[in-house]
Amino acid sequence: MKSNPLFGRLALGLYLLIFFGYLLGPLVVMSMTAFNSSGFPSVSPWACFTFEWFDVLFKDERILNSIKNSFMVGFGTVILSVAIGLAASLVLTQVWARFRSTYYTIIIAPILIPGVVLGISTLVFWDRVSRLLGPGTDAFLHNGLFLTILGQSTFIASYTMLVFVARLQRFDPGLTEAALDLGATHTQAFRKILLPFMRPAIASASVLAFLASFENYNTRPSPSAVTRP
Amino acid sequence: MADGVGVDLDNVWIRFGDFVAVRDANVHIDGGDFFSFLGPSGCGKTTILRAISGFLDPSEGRVLIGGNDMAGIGPNKRPTALIFQNLALFPLMKVWENITFSMEVTGASASERRKRADELLDMIALDGQGDKLPSELSGGQKQRVAIARALCAQPDVLLLNEPLSALDLKLRQHMRTDLREIQKRVGITFIYITHDQGEALTMSDHVAVMRAGVIDQIGSGHDVYDQPATPFEASFVGENNVFRGVIDAVKGNEALIRTNRSGDLRAQITPSAVGTLKVGDEAMMFVRPEALSLVNGTGSEPMTTITANVINEEFEGNSYSVFLEGDGGKEIKMSLPNVGQERVSSKGSNLTLKYDAANAVVMPTGELASE
Amino acid sequence: MKKPMIFSQFFRNNGAFLGSVMMFLVGFWIIVLILLPQLSMLDFSFRFNLPPAEMGGPKDVYTLHNYKYLIYGAEAREGTYNTVDLMVFMRTILAAIGVTIADLILCYPLAYYLGQSKNAGFVRLLVVLLIIPYWINEILRAFALRIIFGDAGIINEFMMWTHLTREPIDFIRANIALYAGLGYAYILLMLFPMYNVIESLDRNQIEAARDMGASWIRIHRRIVIPHAKPGISSGATMVFMLSAGALAAPQILGGPSSLWFTQLVYQWFNNSLNWQQGSAYAIVLLVTSIAIVLTFMRIFKVNMGDIGK
Repeated sequence: MKSNPLFGRLALGLYLLIFFGYLLGPLVVMSMTAFNSSGFPSVSPWACFTFEWFDVLFKDERILNSIKNSFMVGFGTVILSVAIGLAASLVLTQVWARFRSTYYTIIIAPILIPGVVLGISTLVFWDRVSRLLGPGTDAFLHNGLFLTILGQSTFIASYTMLVFVARLQRFDPGLTEAALDLGATHTQAFRKILLPFMRPAIASASVLAFLASFENYNTRPSPSAVTRP
Repeated sequence: MADGVGVDLDNVWIRFGDFVAVRDANVHIDGGDFFSFLGPSGCGKTTILRAISGFLDPSEGRVLIGGNDMAGIGPNKRPTALIFQNLALFPLMKVWENITFSMEVTGASASERRKRADELLDMIALDGQGDKLPSELSGGQKQRVAIARALCAQPDVLLLNEPLSALDLKLRQHMRTDLREIQKRVGITFIYITHDQGEALTMSDHVAVMRAGVIDQIGSGHDVYDQPATPFEASFVGENNVFRGVIDAVKGNEALIRTNRSGDLRAQITPSAVGTLKVGDEAMMFVRPEALSLVNGTGSEPMTTITANVINEEFEGNSYSVFLEGDGGKEIKMSLPNVGQERVSSKGSNLTLKYDAANAVVMPTGELASE
Repeated sequence: MKKPMIFSQFFRNNGAFLGSVMMFLVGFWIIVLILLPQLSMLDFSFRFNLPPAEMGGPKDVYTLHNYKYLIYGAEAREGTYNTVDLMVFMRTILAAIGVTIADLILCYPLAYYLGQSKNAGFVRLLVVLLIIPYWINEILRAFALRIIFGDAGIINEFMMWTHLTREPIDFIRANIALYAGLGYAYILLMLFPMYNVIESLDRNQIEAARDMGASWIRIHRRIVIPHAKPGISSGATMVFMLSAGALAAPQILGGPSSLWFTQLVYQWFNNSLNWQQGSAYAIVLLVTSIAIVLTFMRIFKVNMGDIGK
């Protein structure tokens, strides 16, 4: 069955148009509303072009504060999730073949578990822990930032792990062996051979982790839930 | 040559689960020797090399270097340096940094390392190339950098894992000589593994021929080539013509074998079978292609004569290879040097060949190396 | 004993220091961050909602109360069912399945085109275009869609302007906005695994099939789709789990009648402060989603190891 090539191309073009319209449309709309001065976010009716809203943004203390918090959480999450992701990916390459599938399932699970569930389970667990350890540790463990970092790192580490696994697949394990053979300790081989190789992956994983942390909301326990009676 | 550190394998078995990779290996390698393990892929030679270098432990038996048991000692603590098959040069480091890596891990200063790198670069004829990256070098140059890197670690034993397999023919031949020279100059023990018997024979003082985890024979190049111990050796190392039959008579270290197609033939009994080979045993006789020659007119002793029809003749440049109908479908190959003749034989003609009994070897029947 | 052997081999391969660090990080992650919290939540789901004073006391026993609540409602009388919550649950699961299928159908052609296209430059451009929207926060994206679908939104304005309709269609009430929003959110997660897998398919196989006269439908059914199965299952699993577990899109785009199960969980936690009830709901959601995914994986014969970008 030979279809008219022109028809094929038209169909493809139309499909791409609709697809990307669906995808990018909201973006365009959103950007436009940021500049619209009407009180309710909308594009039509268009009131007048203005930077007014940006001004309000930069002056609102609450927003500034939460941005600061987001940055702190972001940095903490990057460090923790990159470290865990790297360790997990290395272990994956070495884990006994029979366990590999199970191990992989467990470390991929955090991505799939609903964010709400992750946040809740983190809360519940650390509440329990602080209860067990008694008062005094309360403040630290109930610290919203601490809990958020933990909750976010749990699933963000899965993402960084995927990045590292992809990069590791192109690593020649003979290089580590060569280093050892020439007298390096394992730590030296890690530092001098593996880490430089992983550097681009570490960079992109860090960016990924930071962005994911920054825009994430539903693993963040709300204040009311944290300060339990 | 007597200086240098020896390596011993004492009843070494290496198993992976149920699979036996190396079976009861017993080898003594003299200090300062150029020793090769020769065998087809999968015969266990790489496994032995990894056991000597410390990347795996034998399931049974001991590995000794310089008389010291290496059990429990990791690869970074053994006095060995390994040259990998794919060289494993560090891609993100410059050539001079690669070469002096073993100094870097012991904390030598950059200037010391630079100096030593220059010396070694000079030795491997790559002066001035120190600042390049491995990716910028040719195959042969990378090869030499790998060697320099290993030598910089000042090992007692240098292990080489088929280092020349990725090079083209001319380069390979050149490197063989180079390697041999370096070894003689530096004086340390070289343990070399390869499946190419040309390499093994050219470079080594001693060769161990391996098959399916078992070391069939250890000896000098001559021993292994001229007096193979098993049909596998005889057919794997170099080319060989096989004649099957039954032993008719035994006298000292000579035997008469009644072959299936060529009547009774005389041959030397291979040293390892002297005394055990008896009349009535099924046996195989081997004659090298270059040991066969044409009979011109005058008769020759019947028990060292073979007649056969020519199937084909090939011109190899430096020699002629004549293929004749042999035993049970196999071909007999005769190799004659090219001394200017137009050709040696014509297709279909019946030729009479002779050989010197001292150049033929007979042994109990066994498995041949697969084609 | 096999276990100790593995550990000693691990430490031998990695050195004592590095080995311990890795074990610690991975162990901490798996045990403390992943497994224990889930177990805690599971435990909580079986307990009563007691004020702190009474915790650990005589009233603190295991119970199925919370689960019963989901099915039977507050009265726990056999005969009446907690229709509201159950309906929400059903709708969430069914909608998630629907969104997954919709995304699959939507993304497959593009994944195929990207994977098999010979025009590398164009493909790269499209890929960039695909990724850009995802730099924007999920919430903002949902809001943007709300604007588009709202009464005074672009779609309605456009349709009225062209006289296709006379009054604005309430997309939000009809949940269309929600489903569009959910589909939108996870397109990339469906697209990229499929794209990756299809890219690895040797173009020659398809050409050979064409050469032998196979129709396009047959080619896809017998060659492309079997090869792409890991990517499809990977994408479908992620979209399904994330849709069932989504919170932002339903909160922002859902109409009054389209409560999402996750919102119920959220309410129990934040509004009623009934952690135990919330946990039970969360566990039900989790277990059901996993069961569905595993069932589908069994039906289509896919392995867990195939999932991942």
